[in-house]
Amino acid sequence: MFNANLVAQSTYLGLGALFALGLGVSGMTQPSKVVGFLDLTGAWDPSLAFVMGGAIAIHLALYRWILKRSSPLLAVRFGIPTRRDITPRLVGGAALFGIGWGLSGLCPGPALVGIGALNLNAIVFVVAMVVGMQGFHMADKAAAEKP
Amino acid sequence: MENFTPIASTVGGLLIGLAASLMLLLHGRIAGISGIVGGLLKPRAGDMSWRLLFVSGLIAGGLAFAFNRPEVVADDLDRSLVAIAAAGLLVGVGTRMGSGCTSGHGVCGLSRFSVRSAVAVATFMTTGIITVWFSQQVLRGEL
Repeated sequence: MFNANLVAQSTYLGLGALFALGLGVSGMTQPSKVVGFLDLTGAWDPSLAFVMGGAIAIHLALYRWILKRSSPLLAVRFGIPTRRDITPRLVGGAALFGIGWGLSGLCPGPALVGIGALNLNAIVFVVAMVVGMQGFHMADKAAAEKP
Repeated sequence: MENFTPIASTVGGLLIGLAASLMLLLHGRIAGISGIVGGLLKPRAGDMSWRLLFVSGLIAGGLAFAFNRPEVVADDLDRSLVAIAAAGLLVGVGTRMGSGCTSGHGVCGLSRFSVRSAVAVATFMTTGIITVWFSQQVLRGEL
């Protein structure tokens, strides 16, 4: 007999692989193409806009149809972010992310795919990213605990 | 326009959008990679294995490309390890502070017409563009 939870859990592996396939086919696993898009005043490569366009086109269409369901297929409820406020954290965080992204042409998804390819830049990036994430978590927690 | 790949990029984008849609349909979750990784650093019982499996899928995809189409996963941007480490730190801090990245805010957030995500995307695109301008035009790629 199959274990339903095991099946549900294993779909995550397939989803990660599908995501990686999309990143690879789209060119986003090549940092030079990401930097090429951000290089507006230089040798501009618009490809990233087409990646976003393709992804949003299909996700936007399916999203409305999916949300008509009362629940997901393999989970109890939908867990969609509900915040609507524009905060300094949001803007400041996005600004910092953009700088790191522009410096390296890497962001979390492509970097993890790059780890699978044993790319040195991807490995260094992800180690530093984890340090940055953990550092932020700790600083945030410490600030919240101040009397 | 250099190295423009409209068809491959659109097809790849469709696959990414499909993955995000399946994540939502099957599990009710947002396919925001920085959030998935960030959650691994705040361990909660029952909340770890799905994250590890998804990340493993991403990594396995990279391995598969490396064997079959290595040019797809070419480490093709010339940067010092110091620059890459600094970039990683900025992305680590920035994604947690800003609650997302290109997948979370860009693909999932914009598809929901989230104003927060629109602001985030506009912001990181702007600083990304400025950073590349500085890297290419001022530092002439020497970083």
